[in-house]
Amino acid sequence: MKLFDLRGGVHPEGRKDLSAQRHIRTLPLPKKLYVPLQQHIGAPATPVVQIGDHVLKGQLIASAQGTVSSAIHAPTSGIVTALGDHVAPHPSGLPVPTITLESDGEDKWIARQVLDDPFALSAEDIAARVAAAGIVGLGGATFPAALKLNLSRSSGVQTLIMNGGECEPYLTCDDRIMRERAVQIVEGIRLIAAAVAAGEILVGIEDNKPEAIAAMQAAAQDTAVKIVVMPSMYPMGSEKQIIQVLTGREIPAGGRPADIGVLVHNVATAFAVQQAIRCGSPLLSRIVTVSGGAIRTPCNVEALVGTPVQELIDFADGYTQAAARLVLGGPMMGQQFTNTNVPVVKGTSGVLALTPEEIGQAEASPCIRCSTCVRACPVGLLPLEMAAHIRVADLSGAVALGLKDCIACGSCSYVCPAHIPLVHYFNYAKGDLAAQERAKLKQEATKKMANARNERMARIERERAEAAAKRKAAREAKERAAKEAAAKAATEAV
Amino acid sequence: MLLAAVVSLTVLGTVFGLLLGLAARYLKVEGNPLVAEIEQLLPGAQCGQCGFPGCSGAAQALADGNAPVTLCPPGGRAVVQALAAKLGVDADLSGVKDSVPMLAEVKEEICIGCTRCFKVCPTDAIMGAAQQIHSVFREACTACGKCEEVCPTESIKLQPIPVTLQSWHWHKPLVGEAV
Repeated sequence: MKLFDLRGGVHPEGRKDLSAQRHIRTLPLPKKLYVPLQQHIGAPATPVVQIGDHVLKGQLIASAQGTVSSAIHAPTSGIVTALGDHVAPHPSGLPVPTITLESDGEDKWIARQVLDDPFALSAEDIAARVAAAGIVGLGGATFPAALKLNLSRSSGVQTLIMNGGECEPYLTCDDRIMRERAVQIVEGIRLIAAAVAAGEILVGIEDNKPEAIAAMQAAAQDTAVKIVVMPSMYPMGSEKQIIQVLTGREIPAGGRPADIGVLVHNVATAFAVQQAIRCGSPLLSRIVTVSGGAIRTPCNVEALVGTPVQELIDFADGYTQAAARLVLGGPMMGQQFTNTNVPVVKGTSGVLALTPEEIGQAEASPCIRCSTCVRACPVGLLPLEMAAHIRVADLSGAVALGLKDCIACGSCSYVCPAHIPLVHYFNYAKGDLAAQERAKLKQEATKKMANARNERMARIERERAEAAAKRKAAREAKERAAKEAAAKAATEAV
Repeated sequence: MLLAAVVSLTVLGTVFGLLLGLAARYLKVEGNPLVAEIEQLLPGAQCGQCGFPGCSGAAQALADGNAPVTLCPPGGRAVVQALAAKLGVDADLSGVKDSVPMLAEVKEEICIGCTRCFKVCPTDAIMGAAQQIHSVFREACTACGKCEEVCPTESIKLQPIPVTLQSWHWHKPLVGEAV
């Protein structure tokens, strides 16, 4: 199949050999699980359990709230011990509403419905089951998968692209799941294709995963699923970039893949879909790569959602040296964290403990305008110009240069010879613009309220004046009547 | 000859005078339209923190050039930027405190239910009744501080809004003159 060129991109050292040959192992059952209510893009889920409730594995513990949200299920059987705040798997380290579950050690499942022929289901039924299973995009964006299926079906998607790129260094969780669970993944892919009535099904896998390619090709034989080998490059596994390489089409600025008739899902999501539809198992666990120079035995583990990250690090035999930086996800786009008590969530693809040499932090020096970042940007932006505008607080200038199209892949920061934290500037600017947008909305709303109050005060004042005038008129009429009566009485008396 | 000049100039003067008089009457501009446009941009809470009598007073001062675009504390940076764009001036954002957004909060133990705060609230953001504990609708509060001034027990106070996962974002990189 003909592949199309990708603009920009970088070639960071892969470091995937640290964990790529390690079979997926299941983590021992943790004692306590911290399940945050917000593990997806959209509104947080609403708890449906009380403190002290005994729940079974797979039982719904928090239901989706609104259209963009996702359900959350008990990762194991046990007792709900707290509904309160726990540190979030997020660089801010802020506390977030979390359900704390103490496992009873039995790991007892709730009754599940096993389907013999999942392909007999209607498209709507597949999407409904995916929603009920609380499946979100496992590539890292954590967008509710069922919503994506419904949107794609209604807008008429022709091409389904399954993302097996895994271009982030260190991460091997998708590589391992494709090697070890290819048959289930292919069935999941066919179910997703059935749910959106896609004609063309492409699975893009980078050429640095030959074993995964072989396994997937074997599993996809005699099906409509086509395995496409792509060159290894960062950020090949980004949604916009994989579409560009496989179809030659580009998503319009501010648009979505559905606008050009494409739906992209991660291969691990396909596995979760297969488990949900065929076995009736909701999304309770995921494959996590534990790696980095400071980890003694890098490995791939299947961890329950809510497992404290410290247990994963202990399972990998701990540190060889103090980690200079801890990262959730990949080193390019992942989130820094400091508290190892944070839980694994649905979007956690990796836990990395990096050494000072690996992070290679250096003082930023002035920009020499070499434009290396311009050549590296996969979206075709001018990172140096945007950062210069943001530095002098001219955010609208940066937006005019295309800030909103930045995918925050970090390629520019990676190649910058002056070590300028370019992507940090862009993340700051995007956050600040969002805050300004919220402030503007609030200001409009409060202005309406202020006007309503002013009108009401004026009306009350007017009514009061009218009432006073009426009372005065009544009093005067009474006085006049009394006077007249007195005058009449006087004349009669005379 | 002299008479012709006097007559023609008198006629010209009278005609133009009449024209000007008519123009002044029928083409009259009601106030400065810029004032109304500026008032649209202001929060409209009439809180008086700028030192002018309400938002229309502030708009008048801005249009006359007697006030800086950074005059409105509840408006924050968004309003400063909108005003700067409208008036075509460069906004000096360094002096605008937008880093700690505040909200009014009632300390329930010492609220005596006097209703003074909700009577002065310009956006109806306080709920309450006589002898009842009052509370604040956070979405409607502009942190104008009027309630704080009238509270006899110091029960209602402006507090910084707690940062949540939704409102948190990366700070600006501290690299000074690097770019």
